[in-house]
Amino acid sequence: MDNTWQTQAKRIAHGVRRRVLELTLKNNGCYLSQTLSCADLLATLYTKSLNLGPSKGAFIPDKNPGPPGQKGIKPGHGAAYNGPQGPENDRILISPAHYAVAVYATLVETGRLSADAFFSFNTDGSSVEMIGAEHSPGFELTTGSFGQAVSQAGGIAFARKLKGETGRCVVFMSDGELEEGQTWEGIQCLAQYKLDNVVICVDVNGMQCDGATADQMNLEPIDKRVEAFGGKVVTVNGHDVEAIDQAINHTDHKDQPLVVLCYTNSAQGIPLLEERKPKLHFVRFGGQDEMERYQKFHDAWEFEETA
Amino acid sequence: MEIVNNPHADNLVRYGASRSNMIVLSGDLTVATECHKFRDTHPERFFSMSMAEQNMLSWAGGMAREGMIPFVHSFCVFLYRRPYDQLQMSVAYPNLPVRLVGFLPGLDTPGGVTHQSIEDIAALRCIPNMSIIEAGDATDVETILDATDGIEGPVYLRMLRGEVPRLFNADEPLQFNRARVLSQGNDITLLSSGRCTEEALRATSLLQAKGLSLTHLHVSTLKPFCDHTVLNALSTAKYGIVTMENHVRIGGLGSATAELMAENGIGKKLIRIGVDDTYCSGATLGYLMRKHEIDALALVSRVEEVMGTRFDITADDLAKARNEDVKSRSTEQLEAL
Repeated sequence: MDNTWQTQAKRIAHGVRRRVLELTLKNNGCYLSQTLSCADLLATLYTKSLNLGPSKGAFIPDKNPGPPGQKGIKPGHGAAYNGPQGPENDRILISPAHYAVAVYATLVETGRLSADAFFSFNTDGSSVEMIGAEHSPGFELTTGSFGQAVSQAGGIAFARKLKGETGRCVVFMSDGELEEGQTWEGIQCLAQYKLDNVVICVDVNGMQCDGATADQMNLEPIDKRVEAFGGKVVTVNGHDVEAIDQAINHTDHKDQPLVVLCYTNSAQGIPLLEERKPKLHFVRFGGQDEMERYQKFHDAWEFEETA
Repeated sequence: MEIVNNPHADNLVRYGASRSNMIVLSGDLTVATECHKFRDTHPERFFSMSMAEQNMLSWAGGMAREGMIPFVHSFCVFLYRRPYDQLQMSVAYPNLPVRLVGFLPGLDTPGGVTHQSIEDIAALRCIPNMSIIEAGDATDVETILDATDGIEGPVYLRMLRGEVPRLFNADEPLQFNRARVLSQGNDITLLSSGRCTEEALRATSLLQAKGLSLTHLHVSTLKPFCDHTVLNALSTAKYGIVTMENHVRIGGLGSATAELMAENGIGKKLIRIGVDDTYCSGATLGYLMRKHEIDALALVSRVEEVMGTRFDITADDLAKARNEDVKSRSTEQLEAL
């Protein structure tokens, strides 16, 4: 068996996709396409590119602990699943909270969260919420209202720099969020303060709720736009784990935030889904026949080392 | 009556000197929000965030997560209107110790509708984890920052700037969740806040000279609203209760008082002096307070309404009180907007 990090990351990405398809079939509906597009990126972040350390969260989480507050949990509760927050540790900051299911699945595949907890997804009283927030496993921030993570990461990264910490703040975001004005406020501010300890990885799957971004609100050329706001841009195939890691860890971006544009396919791994494009925001199956086709696909879906 | 020039400017420097984890963020209004002296004294803890308030609020949340206490300076309106979602999701939900230092409350600006925060208390009072404190004089301004110490979550400070009168003894600091008792009597209880306390004081001595027995409280903490001093004062009023605020009547001091009265079964007449359900134009403070009937003359006529009697106090009498009791700020004061 090939045990290179590349193969392990790909194996984890496959497990993430398969697990979320299983949940989609079980619940007849989930954020499946987002998972398919970002699985390789999340797998690379969690297994190779970042200095995270072992989980400090409960493998089997308690029930939903409720919001932060005077008698509530502390801010950033869910970050414990990403490991210790030492000065040298990288932070993974999830921006598109609608991708929560992909984050939970990645935590399961990397041994940070129990599979049972994963299947408590979107059930009453669970912290494994459909659109997670900082009380949910893997979430340091509350970001279901889009476009706020870059600025929050900026504040965290700025404070960490002032404190002399060396760890990076790595934002995982979706391309649709580039439509939010605050994203650009955030990037210009990162550039102003020369925060090269911020890395933003964008899942450019070209999709948003109402359809293809190209039809709804064109974002291209993303690279030139980000560069114009002061970011260093690297564009990669978002399903190429080696290219993703190379971009994150081997790009010279001194005094600039790094933005890695990961171009992806929101049907990656499940060719059946291609016919449903561009309506993929929340995949629900039309009837018994369709369900059976996907079930059959799921049951036969094995990881291929060369894939 | 002493007038203090730019009390926040010096107080911010004093307050910050002994607190190394407090930082100041400014939304391109550094002199206008009196944080320029802090910038010059502690440049390593002063950060310009320019005209990008959504980013500024989320950024402040991020810095607070790392153990710093950001004092975010802007005009009131720019701290909650545009970045309302950021304030809630990046600051209030995580219950982070971000201090929103807002200037030009209510009608305190000739800047007109874009600069008049007439509904800020209503918009912020309903946000979980949020505390709200409003300054009414120079002593309040000089001690309001200390009052935030120990408050775990976000605090919105409704501030006064420029030439600020000193109404309260300099050695009696503002206390969180504790009203100041300015006078005690049995006929009517008056609760005033912010700028309106100065205005109320122009009328109260004249009313008392005409025989009115008045309890007057200056309320600085608007959330939480559970001060037993306030509750006691509401209980003792024989004829009714009057609230007076530099804010729309919906959702501010008057509404909070109504809720407290209803929940405690205090069945008395309540008169809420505040801006009617309307936006306002740009003009001088005195003109706007008269036009929208939140001034001393309005207080006299509303008290007369409760008491069912005339006190024969004229605008001229109040104008004299303006000079004698409370030396007003110059209305010609130049404002950077």
